[in-house]
Amino acid sequence: MHELAIGSAIVDTAVKHARGQRVTAIDVRLGRLRQVVPDSLAFYFDIVSRDGPCEGADLRIEHVDSSLRCPACWCEWDPAPPPMATHEEVGADGPPPLPSFRCPTCNEPGKVLTGGELEVESIEISDEAPSETATPETQLT
Amino acid sequence: MHRTKIKVAEDALDANQTIARANRDDFDREGVRVVNLMSAPGAGKTTLLEASLSDLGDVRVGVLEGDVQGSMDADRIAGLHIPVVQLNTHNGFGGECHLDANMVRSAIPDLDLSAIDLLVIENIGNLVCPAEFRVGEDVRAMITSVTEGEDKPLKYPLMFRACELVVVNKVDLLPHLDFDVDRLLANIETVNPGAQTMLVSAKTGEGVAEFRDWLSGVPSRAGAVA
Repeated sequence: MHELAIGSAIVDTAVKHARGQRVTAIDVRLGRLRQVVPDSLAFYFDIVSRDGPCEGADLRIEHVDSSLRCPACWCEWDPAPPPMATHEEVGADGPPPLPSFRCPTCNEPGKVLTGGELEVESIEISDEAPSETATPETQLT
Repeated sequence: MHRTKIKVAEDALDANQTIARANRDDFDREGVRVVNLMSAPGAGKTTLLEASLSDLGDVRVGVLEGDVQGSMDADRIAGLHIPVVQLNTHNGFGGECHLDANMVRSAIPDLDLSAIDLLVIENIGNLVCPAEFRVGEDVRAMITSVTEGEDKPLKYPLMFRACELVVVNKVDLLPHLDFDVDRLLANIETVNPGAQTMLVSAKTGEGVAEFRDWLSGVPSRAGAVA
């Protein structure tokens, strides 16, 4: 449920950049290596944005795939597990081993290139004044 | 109505990072090294601290206990005559499931930093959320216990990747469990190559000396982790 705190952080970031105007959309880049559940984030965002400049804003989440690079051979790979295989696909040998954070070729620990993002990329503001009741600091806590 | 797009490109947790850096500056100024200790609920964080903190030699230790509510853990640490501050997220922090930098900052005035060399922050028991929030620590360590299953590093990679030490606790129970330690260690290695691991039993004391040595070594690793 850290999506509640992250939702608040996204609202705070958007408000900080909104120059006192109403926020109509927020574009967020969310990496696959972050354990943030998008539906949960959207749910809490609706709650923590109430009665503030971000109320009703469209939270647009762009998912960023994960990729690692080997510092030795410079190969790149995705350490995220593949989608769940069906029972028939798994077969008698069991599921394939999960991808490692070590280089599949030379065994060096990989450096994260993408997938760690939790970034407010941009916001869209409206020249319509925020409603009378709007207070920038509104939070659940 | 006119709409304008504004480029932001800012980490959503930037505010937390800024406060974490301020905490870190406060700790550094007093020469206090800080460990952020995390685990699932019931993995044995407090029991391991009880078993290890009373005998740290010259290292003066203090503890910041994070819990949603209650002071059971802080009472146990206080029983060892170790300075301890209880932080409840139920009081004013909405019952959050993790500690963040601001919560730790609110507790700093209650800590006599000049009287300690090492601060152990016992985070709230949770394998997901605490991994997202830096609190101003030098190093992050976690405990996983052999009653939790070998697959936990694969299910909670963020936490296992966040820590440079993974303590495997409750190894005294191994004879009673179908638990494959080698598989657990291989899974830790899969998600966090090169992470340090140690096998301990806070109950019998097995391996606790190694953890104590690691804790004692933290002060000399100044600035090892940003």
